[in-house]
Amino acid sequence: MTDGVTVPQRIYRHRWPTRLWHWLNAVILLVMLMSGLMIFNAHPRLYWGQYGANADPAWLEVRSTTSNGYLRIGAAEVRTTGVLGHWRNDAGEVKRRAFPHWATIPSYYSLADGRRWHLFFAWVLALSMTAYMLWSLLAGHIRRDLHVSRSEWSPRHIWHDIKEHARLRFPTGEAAARYNVLQKLAYIGVIFVLLPLMVATGLAMSPGMNAAAPWLIDLFGGRQSARSIHFIATWALVGFFLVHMAMVLLAGPLNELRSMLTGWFTLPQAKDKAHG
Amino acid sequence: MADIILGRRALIGSVVSLPLLTGCDALNESPVFRKILSMGEVMHQHSQRTLMDRGALAREFDRSDLSPTFRANGSQMVEGPSYAAHVASGFRDWRVRVGGLVRNPLSLSMADIRTLPQRRQITRHDCVEGWSAIGAWQGARLGPILAAVQLLPAARYIVFRCADRIGGVPYYESVDLVDALHPQTILAWQLNDRTLPVANGAPLRLRVERHLGYKHAKFIESIEAVASLNGIGAGKGGFWEDRVDYEWYAGI
Repeated sequence: MTDGVTVPQRIYRHRWPTRLWHWLNAVILLVMLMSGLMIFNAHPRLYWGQYGANADPAWLEVRSTTSNGYLRIGAAEVRTTGVLGHWRNDAGEVKRRAFPHWATIPSYYSLADGRRWHLFFAWVLALSMTAYMLWSLLAGHIRRDLHVSRSEWSPRHIWHDIKEHARLRFPTGEAAARYNVLQKLAYIGVIFVLLPLMVATGLAMSPGMNAAAPWLIDLFGGRQSARSIHFIATWALVGFFLVHMAMVLLAGPLNELRSMLTGWFTLPQAKDKAHG
Repeated sequence: MADIILGRRALIGSVVSLPLLTGCDALNESPVFRKILSMGEVMHQHSQRTLMDRGALAREFDRSDLSPTFRANGSQMVEGPSYAAHVASGFRDWRVRVGGLVRNPLSLSMADIRTLPQRRQITRHDCVEGWSAIGAWQGARLGPILAAVQLLPAARYIVFRCADRIGGVPYYESVDLVDALHPQTILAWQLNDRTLPVANGAPLRLRVERHLGYKHAKFIESIEAVASLNGIGAGKGGFWEDRVDYEWYAGI
């Protein structure tokens, strides 16, 4: 990479709590997603409001006939045979559950087991998230790394960053030592919006919370609304994961991976310099 | 064409996730790992019991909030001529025995149940599967019944035994005294101002509002105070708890 003249500069980018929480989340969120899809399979319909059961109108539904599976969102319906609603398990048997065996924990239908996984890992998620939020605040992670400065908030600056990302041009040198504004917003969105929203909407579905904190259920517009928001926020997190993977691959997967394991990140050099 | 694309995607999905899934299924069946997972239930139970007001009432609704259709689930009929005869006679001879670790066992008729201290409540029924329905219930409060039979000091749990059978086994459920004595815990004989329909557990079902639907035993025949759940079924306190490992504490 280098010609011996320019020594690539290495910075200590991720402190250990960030690295630990990152990899913990990789496991937790995968387990939560897959066990959550198992729970969804028990009743693959979503509603708005306090109540919702089979006789009530669902805004999203996975349904099947003897030969096909369908996903309906509002009035739009697509055939999803092979993936949703109608698929074959490893033994080649046709199953008519919503999400297929390769997407759920366990791979065979068990609402009880899916709940066991989901409700245990929910604790790991909620406790580690709370600890990380506190650490981020107290250890200056928010102030130093995630705080969006006034100049960064300017539409021109954000638009510039969007264009640079769209052209797959990433910052080099000193500029790469800090998160850019889109990165900051994505990380803030996940840590302080999406993950707490998952925990809060999850709690809002608990019958115990219904007695202890009915305001939490009202906040989301009812228990079935909370369930719908829980589902939508899940796919927002999956969306974040996909963009995150794409960015890591484009920005230099080995350097990115090493920095999240050891903390040390090599500042990428401008292309013309590296080759010049 | 769409099928071919989806088929290929499913294939990729299964290749990518196969080792992971085999691992998760193996963990799912490991007794040690299941014990760890079950710590989640214990933590939910203790945190709810510690942090929440034990007398807090489940949210109650207005008539305008009622579900147009209250979905019936689980057993919706009891097989056999005996139950059919009870239905035919309007449950005139139905008796609910209240016994176990009590000083003064009772056998209650439906007429008795209707004259005991009552409560009406419009609550949301949350099924473990994910759906919810709002219904108006009326029934006899369990607390005064347990006061009348005088629980012995050793009594810790209340077990409900039911007439309905699933795979030949009569349904049963249990709650602890915190929930048994809770003001909203009632033996309901009315749903939406009408005599409880058979599909919803006629003549009598439990409402234990801070728990998921499978705790709400239907077709109740007897109520028993016990010191421990060890001797009940396989020891986990309920039909589904013993069979598929649903949580006994269903407040989450």
